[in-house]
Amino acid sequence: MRALVLRPRRGFRLDDATLLVGAVLTALLVGVALLSLVWTPEDPARMRILQKLRGPLVSGLLGTDHLGRDLASMLMRGAFNSLTIAFAAVGLGAVLGTLAGVAAAAGPRFDAVLMRVCDALFALPPILSAIMLGALLGPGAPTAIIAIGVFMIPVFARVTRGAAMQIWAREYIMAARMAGKGTVRITLEHVLPNIAGQIIVQVTIQLAMAILTEAGLSFLGLGLPPPAPTWGRMLAESQTYLTQAPHLALAPGLAIAAAVLGLNLLGDGLAARLDPRRRQAS
Amino acid sequence: MVSRSRFSRPRRHLLRSALLAALAIPALAGAAVAAPRTDLVLGMPVEPPGLDPTSAAPTVIGQVVWQNVFEGLTRVDRDGKVQPQLARSWTVSPDGLTYTFALQAGVKFHNGEAFDANTAKFALDAIRAPGSVNPQKALYAVIADVKAPDSGTLVLTLSKPSGNLLFWLGLPAAVMVEPKSRDGLKSNPVGTGPFRFASWRKGDRVELTRSPDHWDAARKVHLDKVTFRFIGDPQAAAAALRAGDVDAYPLLPAPELYGAFQKDKAFTAVPGLTEMKVVAGMNNAAKPFSDKRVRQALMMAVDRKLLIEGAYSGYGAAIGSHYTPNDPGYKDLTGVYPYDPQKAKALLAEAGYGKGLTFTFKSPQMAYATRTAEILQAMFAEVGVTMTIAPTEFPAKWVQEVMRDRSFDMTVIAHAEPLDIAIYANDPYYFGYKNPAFNTVVATAAEATDEATRLKLYGEAQGILAEDVPALFLFVLPKLSVWKAKLTGFWKNEPVPSNDLTEVRWTE
Repeated sequence: MRALVLRPRRGFRLDDATLLVGAVLTALLVGVALLSLVWTPEDPARMRILQKLRGPLVSGLLGTDHLGRDLASMLMRGAFNSLTIAFAAVGLGAVLGTLAGVAAAAGPRFDAVLMRVCDALFALPPILSAIMLGALLGPGAPTAIIAIGVFMIPVFARVTRGAAMQIWAREYIMAARMAGKGTVRITLEHVLPNIAGQIIVQVTIQLAMAILTEAGLSFLGLGLPPPAPTWGRMLAESQTYLTQAPHLALAPGLAIAAAVLGLNLLGDGLAARLDPRRRQAS
Repeated sequence: MVSRSRFSRPRRHLLRSALLAALAIPALAGAAVAAPRTDLVLGMPVEPPGLDPTSAAPTVIGQVVWQNVFEGLTRVDRDGKVQPQLARSWTVSPDGLTYTFALQAGVKFHNGEAFDANTAKFALDAIRAPGSVNPQKALYAVIADVKAPDSGTLVLTLSKPSGNLLFWLGLPAAVMVEPKSRDGLKSNPVGTGPFRFASWRKGDRVELTRSPDHWDAARKVHLDKVTFRFIGDPQAAAAALRAGDVDAYPLLPAPELYGAFQKDKAFTAVPGLTEMKVVAGMNNAAKPFSDKRVRQALMMAVDRKLLIEGAYSGYGAAIGSHYTPNDPGYKDLTGVYPYDPQKAKALLAEAGYGKGLTFTFKSPQMAYATRTAEILQAMFAEVGVTMTIAPTEFPAKWVQEVMRDRSFDMTVIAHAEPLDIAIYANDPYYFGYKNPAFNTVVATAAEATDEATRLKLYGEAQGILAEDVPALFLFVLPKLSVWKAKLTGFWKNEPVPSNDLTEVRWTE
């Protein structure tokens, strides 16, 4: 990305465009997800089997699936389901990861242990581990959240640790120490506020990852059980209908792509503004 | 549309080769008519784990070797009727306890060993031996003794009469094998059939070639070489058929792809029926399904026709009991508890579930099962019943939780064995269904040697199940077969899971 950034003297920059497109796509995603709670064109679980496999605009905005359910409604509720799991998983990863990261940065005693645990977690491929976990706990929302969230922990731990260590090396931390502030207080008052930007950027990017992984788990039948619609399962079910009804695959596929793209662009755009290293670079 | 453009290239290529061939043939062969092809490539969705039907249960084993490589004393034909095979004829004693078979003479196994009464005795004894792993062992337990008084005569003595014995002897699990080759049958099947095993490239194909000296001269086999190819992905199977890589695919697992073949003049696609009975088994031993009214109410909450439309693109046949229209003595009992949501609600209220009922459904991952689960969930919701779907991996987890531990409320599975209504008398069995009257009827039926009496009794058994609803009787899976229009001789229905190729031939 950076290499492409042109540096006009003033006015609109590519970073702003990235941020804008990302924000719009993400807002759309969140908006649709929230809207689905109060309104969808149809009940997403309602089957009209005799009206199955109708094309877009023939029945509803996007047509119907193989059981005659309204695709647009499923897509909307699916957005909510995807986002809920993604938020919960990233929340889990961010909170535990940040805790581990700042603890590692503050105390060399934890550092080695925590980072080795993170290395171990990093070594496991998330989807594969999620399948194992799914087999152990049985499929469902908790499995998906834990499976995805656990693998977010090392990501957040590393990012926070690196950023926090930089802060710890600053002179004002020394000053704070001289003033008699303890490690916890310094972390809360000085370290965390200064690295919050980077954490937020990471959250956005990891949300995109989480949505993609959730779709993968649902595709494999390890996500939310039916009747809750999920993009991953919609994609899986559309497979054998590819030739007859390609819209069944296109709709969830494009939704996943748009959501991931939006969150990534938003993350990139935010990074340019919030990440001190990149802010200095540009 | 998409598929057409996708295949335009190979078609154009075909056209070109056809033109070249058209130019070449007259030059080479003058006016001679090209002889029909004698090779066949047949696609199957699942590769068998071995090729010995007498030592493992998967029906895909029989679908490769039964009737092609292996033959039995009797055989079940395409209409589900028993026909003589290695047993030329038989007589049954009046008390139904002694069966005397006259065997075919001059029959040789593919390894040169002769088939006679001693080999037949060996094969039947092996099935019944204490350490036998024969998948249908229980069916033959009624045979108390096997004797071979001379090389052409085999005498079976039964412990009690068994009306279906000749049918059981015609199944893949009872094919004739001989001692020298028996231990290696899994990877090198040796039988008496019209085709010999040639090779098996694991993960890809099994090849058979025509046996030059098959005993049954009256049954002319037309094919010289048969290749079974294993293509699991339905899309890939459909593509292979269209590209000409596969000539026939007798059990297309994706009904949604079938319609296109029915419209295509280059293929014959006539939906038939299998023996696979899709039933939603309930745990009759525990609440709420210990109450017959709940089971009956749920049966009335199901619109079978709509279910078949959604779960299997409208192919298959609705059933009202554990019997298929292929089976002799089948009674259509779908009208006993027909779709009637109002009555279903009333009956649920009567049983004390007027305010609703919640239970879990353990759903295996096969497409027919997950779709059935989702549709049942929606249909039950209409009568105030909340069904939670718990995806349960088949076979390992499902077999453990449902079959062994019987820890489930409701589930769904296709029962593949033909004429297996007696499983409802098994105790213990996963339905937890107990009805002494039913047990008596099926036990009497099994011992009835007179066909009319037997069919009447099995009719009664069907009626009891339709009334008691130990499982929701849903539909029979169709046999969605596709083969090239120039091929003939395949089975339309599947009274026994099989691909009997002995009558298959190219018409031009």
